[in-house]
Amino acid sequence: MLENVKEKIVKSQVFRSIFRHGFPDNDLNRAYVVFSNVFLHIHPVKVRRSALRMRYTFCLGGITLFLFIMLTVTGIWLMFYYTPYTGLAYSNIQDIQFVIFGGNLMRDLHRFAAHGMVLFVWLHMTRVFLTGAYKAPREFNWVVGVVLLVNTLILSWTGYLLPWDQLAYWAVTVGTKMASYTPFIGQNGPWGAQLGFLPTNDIMFMLIGGTVVGQNALIRFYVLHCVVLPLVVTVFLAVHFWRIRKDGFSGPL
Amino acid sequence: MENKVTREIFPRDSRKSYGLVELMKGTVPIVRKEPEDTVYVWPNLILIEVICALLVTAGLILLVQFVHAPLRSLADPSTTPNPMRAPWYFLGLQELLVYFDPWYAGVALPGMIIVGLMVFPYVDTNPKGTGYFTLTERPFAIFNYSFGFALWWVTIVIGTYLRGLDWQWYWPWSNHLEHMNPALVTLVPLHIVFVNFLHVSKDIAKGLCDILFFAYFAIGMAIPYFFMRKFYDSLGGARYFVFMLFFLSMMGVGFKIILRLLFNIKYIVVTPWINV
Repeated sequence: MLENVKEKIVKSQVFRSIFRHGFPDNDLNRAYVVFSNVFLHIHPVKVRRSALRMRYTFCLGGITLFLFIMLTVTGIWLMFYYTPYTGLAYSNIQDIQFVIFGGNLMRDLHRFAAHGMVLFVWLHMTRVFLTGAYKAPREFNWVVGVVLLVNTLILSWTGYLLPWDQLAYWAVTVGTKMASYTPFIGQNGPWGAQLGFLPTNDIMFMLIGGTVVGQNALIRFYVLHCVVLPLVVTVFLAVHFWRIRKDGFSGPL
Repeated sequence: MENKVTREIFPRDSRKSYGLVELMKGTVPIVRKEPEDTVYVWPNLILIEVICALLVTAGLILLVQFVHAPLRSLADPSTTPNPMRAPWYFLGLQELLVYFDPWYAGVALPGMIIVGLMVFPYVDTNPKGTGYFTLTERPFAIFNYSFGFALWWVTIVIGTYLRGLDWQWYWPWSNHLEHMNPALVTLVPLHIVFVNFLHVSKDIAKGLCDILFFAYFAIGMAIPYFFMRKFYDSLGGARYFVFMLFFLSMMGVGFKIILRLLFNIKYIVVTPWINV
């Protein structure tokens, strides 16, 4: 009976239009699963048996990717309750924390997954370094990785402002103040004033949209945090994974 | 089914340029790989990845039962918290503000760290040590990486646990509520030390400091060039110059921290535009 139903489903037009192959209980279908699925096809169809050993990569890059996905999911959830307006942002966070069902969990997960992502990017980089995996022909993928590291840090830092509490406000005030010390293009930096840069036209002004961290800074950081930087990371991630497949794996994979 | 080697292995006939090597039972062709060397990604690797993802999720959910995302009082531009701490991953840079001016600690140095990391694969010409963990085959590369990140992590620990009010140095057993007297420490530029001890004029002392600064880079560049010829030759001129510039700058950060902490030296080089 059950076999019959299974047979009917697998052979139906709807099932075949979606999966294009039967259950992966034979080698042909196991190959089809991987290369006919957009999410799985970043893998090769077969890997060396030794690639299953954990003590080479320790899954560090994979965990980093998973944390990024988790941050995307929890981040989108939080966006439903958050308004990037200085008069509302803080009370929105209070609502998320004390009123909305599951809000506390989602905010905590988002916060600690973010810390975790910074940590795991670094661990992954250290593993790649210690196994010499950045050497030719994989030099450029290391460079892409450094871009991803920098993006991870900026993502984390732009998110830091959004709760609009004292911690957020002053960390970002100090951080953006640094921009005004940029040589040549910051008003406090070497040769900045000589080149005509003022508090109202230098690089810090461009970054926060004003002379102090305020509404303009909040909306800028919000858009960077929720739209621009995740897109940039996604594009570089695609390149990063593509290059692993193209340049080959360094270890016993 | 995995591809199984049947025990039938045919001996090469020395009179022929071709031969049947072995017969195998299997469902797919294998080229250039040993018969039992590979496995299917589904389900073998996918399973590991799913387990990994589940463990991370479980670990995070467990973690947030004990620690929570902080939320302080509403942002208030008129009340500055003291001390004011950056997020932990930027504490290293914040700590460097003690030793360098903001244009260097906050802008130039982070830029150099990023570029320095990016050029690493291009200046590491050691062909050994790809694909496995090794310390003995590439000790110098690992030393550089470890030194840089030791500096990073040590400054994070200092910023987190050893800095208190006004970003002064507080031991765990110090009174964290009492302001330190900043007058206890007087920071001086290096040339003032020369003026006091060598009894030379300020201008000559400044000149000495400039010479010292450039001599550090010049001698640093020269020593391996003359005495570690193999190292220089393995890199070539351009790679050598780029690597040594980053290497000496990184070491210089360490030296400056020591000078500042032990001898209260504020600047090495003082110019009308920038001080280092």
